[in-house]
Amino acid sequence: MRKTSMSDHATTAIEEVEHGTIKSFTVIWIILLIFTGIEVLLAYEQVTPVIMLVILIGLSVIKAALIIAYFMHLKFERFSLFLTLFPMLIFCILMMLVFMPDSMRSMLMRTQ
Amino acid sequence: MTPQVNVAAAESAWTGGGSPYAVNSKKFGMWLFIISDALTFSALLMAYTYLRLATPEWPKPFHFSPSIIFSSIMTFCLLSSSLTMVMAVHSMHHGNRKATVRWILATIAGGLAFVILHATEWRNLIVNEHMSPSSNEWGEPLFGATFFGITGLHMTHVIIGCIYLSIITIAVARGKFKYEDVEVAGLYWHFVDLVWMFVFPLVYLMSAKI
Repeated sequence: MRKTSMSDHATTAIEEVEHGTIKSFTVIWIILLIFTGIEVLLAYEQVTPVIMLVILIGLSVIKAALIIAYFMHLKFERFSLFLTLFPMLIFCILMMLVFMPDSMRSMLMRTQ
Repeated sequence: MTPQVNVAAAESAWTGGGSPYAVNSKKFGMWLFIISDALTFSALLMAYTYLRLATPEWPKPFHFSPSIIFSSIMTFCLLSSSLTMVMAVHSMHHGNRKATVRWILATIAGGLAFVILHATEWRNLIVNEHMSPSSNEWGEPLFGATFFGITGLHMTHVIIGCIYLSIITIAVARGKFKYEDVEVAGLYWHFVDLVWMFVFPLVYLMSAKI
């Protein structure tokens, strides 16, 4: 009886390592809340839209990475799953950025 | 070819044999959906960012109260509901269906709080600030179009998520559905949370009235 409960405990411990613990989830949640707080404070700083955009997107990307890695479990999945899904997504998003310099150009044209 | 070689080939992940991702088909399907949905949202947010950078005087109409306070509380609701969803998946993993139902109900409550706050916020903008998808008083009609387009699509996702989680709750309470079903629902919910992590700073914080 005692032996069974010990082996059960051991299995649980291994699973906890593989899937994360309640403590680790709570820590991630607190980090996400802190980052959100920083973002709200940043909104009231007087900086140009481009710099603000870069900082806010930077913080959001870190938040997204934390959510994907821990909450969505991707850190504990096989690496092949990550390789199938994310390089393509990141590449497509970066391809959309190709249009961005054009937005600045049309603003210059408008003010002239 | 000897049978032995065939078995080895079938088991190799790189030849498509065995289970190359070591996940079940539901989970992989949900991941593919999430990636395609992520592209939809990134296209919308890119279009918004483009218009914003191309417009010299983009309106900054969001007052600290109620808009920024409301949207911050909404962010808190979604983040917390993500945590309760993780707890639900965790409980289901340990076979505790009662706790799973409680945690999913907490998640739905977070989602509903988000929708109610967002609807209140929309009502405030439409009634008090006279803003609509095609016109507003700040001289940049596209502001309303992008705002309602992006937040509207996101809110639709939250509402669908609440319905999805309700179905999962009922099934889990009746002893149906397995761990993987709860986990897949969790993936969707975290994705909705993740999208808001980009919508909130881009749409709200970038347009806060200083």
